[in-house]
Amino acid sequence: MLRFLSTVFLVIFANFAQAEIDIKEVTSPGGIDAWVVEEPSIPFVALEIRFRGSASLDLPGKRGATNLMVGLLEEGSGDMTAQEFQAAREALAARFSYRAYDDTLSISARVLTENRDEALALLRQSLVTPTFDQDALDRVRAQVLTGIAGDAKDPNEIANVAFDAGAFGDHPYGSSLSGTVDTVNALTREDMFDAHRNALTRDQLFVSVVGDVRADEVGQMLDALLLDLPATGPALPPDVAFGLDGGVTVIDFKTPQSVALFGHAGIKRDDEDFFAAYIMNQVLGAGGFESRLMEEVREKRGLTYGIRTYLVPKFHSEMVLGSVASANNTIAEAIEVTRNEWARMANEGLTAEELETAKTFLTGEYPLRFDGNSEIAKIMVGMQMIGLSPDYVVNRNDYINAVTLEDVNRVAAELLRPDDLHFVVVGKPEGLESAQ
Amino acid sequence: MTRLFALIALIGFAAGAKAAEVTTFSLDNGMDVVVIEDHRAPAVVHMVWYRIGSADEPVGASGVAHFLEHLLFKATDVLKAGEFSATVAANGGTDNAFTSYDYTAYFQRIAADRLELMMQMESNRMNNLAITADDIETERNVVLEERNQRTENNPNALASEQFRAALYQNHRYGVPVIGWKHEMEQLDLQDALGFYDLYYSPNNAILIVAGDVEPEEVKTLAETYYGVIPAEPQLPDRLRPEEPQQRAERRITFADPRVSTSYVTRSYLAPERDPGAQEEAAALVYLAELLGGSPFTSDLGRALQFDSQTAVYTNASYSGNALDDTSFSVTVVPSAGVTLSEAEAAMDDVIAAFLENPIDPERMESIRTQLRASEVYALDDVSGLARRYGAALTQSLTVEDVQVWPDVLQSVTEDDIKAVAAKVFDRDQSVTGWVVPNKEEAR
Repeated sequence: MLRFLSTVFLVIFANFAQAEIDIKEVTSPGGIDAWVVEEPSIPFVALEIRFRGSASLDLPGKRGATNLMVGLLEEGSGDMTAQEFQAAREALAARFSYRAYDDTLSISARVLTENRDEALALLRQSLVTPTFDQDALDRVRAQVLTGIAGDAKDPNEIANVAFDAGAFGDHPYGSSLSGTVDTVNALTREDMFDAHRNALTRDQLFVSVVGDVRADEVGQMLDALLLDLPATGPALPPDVAFGLDGGVTVIDFKTPQSVALFGHAGIKRDDEDFFAAYIMNQVLGAGGFESRLMEEVREKRGLTYGIRTYLVPKFHSEMVLGSVASANNTIAEAIEVTRNEWARMANEGLTAEELETAKTFLTGEYPLRFDGNSEIAKIMVGMQMIGLSPDYVVNRNDYINAVTLEDVNRVAAELLRPDDLHFVVVGKPEGLESAQ
Repeated sequence: MTRLFALIALIGFAAGAKAAEVTTFSLDNGMDVVVIEDHRAPAVVHMVWYRIGSADEPVGASGVAHFLEHLLFKATDVLKAGEFSATVAANGGTDNAFTSYDYTAYFQRIAADRLELMMQMESNRMNNLAITADDIETERNVVLEERNQRTENNPNALASEQFRAALYQNHRYGVPVIGWKHEMEQLDLQDALGFYDLYYSPNNAILIVAGDVEPEEVKTLAETYYGVIPAEPQLPDRLRPEEPQQRAERRITFADPRVSTSYVTRSYLAPERDPGAQEEAAALVYLAELLGGSPFTSDLGRALQFDSQTAVYTNASYSGNALDDTSFSVTVVPSAGVTLSEAEAAMDDVIAAFLENPIDPERMESIRTQLRASEVYALDDVSGLARRYGAALTQSLTVEDVQVWPDVLQSVTEDDIKAVAAKVFDRDQSVTGWVVPNKEEAR
């Protein structure tokens, strides 16, 4: 009975929900580009602001400067101390978050219609005139150092650090954006001003605005918010090749469950085969319970709670990554099964049925992502950063559907190289030793 | 900037959504239905919540509620193992489930025109599970790996498990949702099926459908798929053991070399939201905000992170979402060079000062505004609204309780907060935990 019903539903698949959003591209009088969606049904506006560069712009010897600087944006600006700024923000019930990533500086804001201008004036102050007071610097520095100490005893973080260092060496991708105890302790107020001047510049700016606002209001709003930032900043770092060879690195750490991070070089986001790779990865390890790795490692053998793979097309390098955790006496088996599945996918590719199932899921799930102002704003700013145009929202499912079995299996064979896989394992794994 | 301890600092206070259109009704077999309309996107969230959680488990079978949740993705009389989720995915949707002390819930997010298929499958697995001994063995290893990942590999999680076991002297809230490891290892087919046969029934369930749907359509479908399932006549009353009068404070030092930074945390027993009587819980929401909500403006933050450099992190947290007595917690992570004794003394000074001094009316107004705004922001997340209703209705609250909660929050006064603080800050009903890398740090 159920099988019959699913068939009926598949027939009407052509009528699948389309993402019905109207993206307006605006350019402010001052020249700031933004994408806007008007959604007046809830009285607030969501803004997503991004600057490319971020922690990858840390100056030599100043690792951690951008991260610390971003942490300080909400800790005093204009003529307000940290506490005065936060009391003002809380009284307006505005929500701001500031975060540094490897090569993206991210600012998210939600402001109520009833006090939008006041709230955005406060946001502007934090972005344009941070004060980096010494007491705030020392206080947030202590928080960052606590985080660094925590990372040093977290098996997942230990694995990340070792993997990144092996893969990217001296490139900014090769070290934690938090910096080290030594570099963070050495950072000064002057370093904060330098990092601010370098990282918040309009030539690296991307903006999206969704909610209770008219598109024709957004230009002036953004000029008031962002036009006083410097027009240009330093050059972005160079591209870097993935540098880890195939093998296993075991890092001894006393804990009951070993964690493994694994991967090799990947595929660029603008590669014409990206969608084929995306579908292949969905079947290999990104598709939750429907992925081969979840089926083989969890469902059939009970070796893990979760295993997942990712395409990671960063701005300056690209990887295929995966992660799995399993008890110390079973991690070796989990890794062996993973290697075998990697090889099977490279050698045999997908079946026609797997390809269709993955396409159906990916095209059906896509419109469901657009289910809130904040979500839509995040999607739109992400699209701008990788150079997509608004009509991508409408065409994206066609790109998925255009991938053929020949495409996806050719790409699987090219992309997946089981002998190049490097596993970093943190724990007390049994029957597993470092090997290059 | 407080990214530290995000896991233990999570505060969730639910509140009602007045602006979203909410329709409720019951089926003849006793199943309650809540429909929340949000027509912005052509999507729907379909959830079934059971009024059964880990705190309802039989003695010796801790973890069975969560284990059973995993097993519901195995075979039924018409679905093969894994076919439920595969069918959801084949229709472009996602599905999952979760278990807590008071509830077990299953949900799918999918295009609105696939609602009927979801109901057909979800109603099928309410009564027709067909699991085997093989399923049990493999899936037991999976939940043991889940425990490894969440708890055994995380010293903070292990510590809070110890503290909770000490806070509750009689109630099953003292037992972890995922189960004690030695009991999880013994869970068998009979444990799971016994639990399933008794508690998975329409008169113990709540259907929540949120998104691009019309209530009439939901009613017709619900009657077709859920309405035909007979009620369970043997469904027991939900009787939970009560805490005795607690007569002595408890203190625990938890040492684990994987702890990177020592901290002190104290939990007091505290009242939860009760049907028709949510005022104390609402006052406790304010108390948590005033004492340790924002690191910049709360009493603990100002005194320990600004006026003195005693702490790198402070927090007070409370959630009124529970069927039975819940807890109010205060945490301090001392700065380098500050001992746990000094940090705890500083924490107690702040609590004492709070009890003595008047509450700043400006802070009251700011918190009121933020709570009101959180209702506006909440409307942007229809899944979140669905979870509010599901949690509340499995924790003895009514739809009306959910809907008046924002007003109850708005009407809290300084006197209400003082009264509830005086009642809750009783060390005889508390556990103070020190978490350290080694015993030498416990000073």
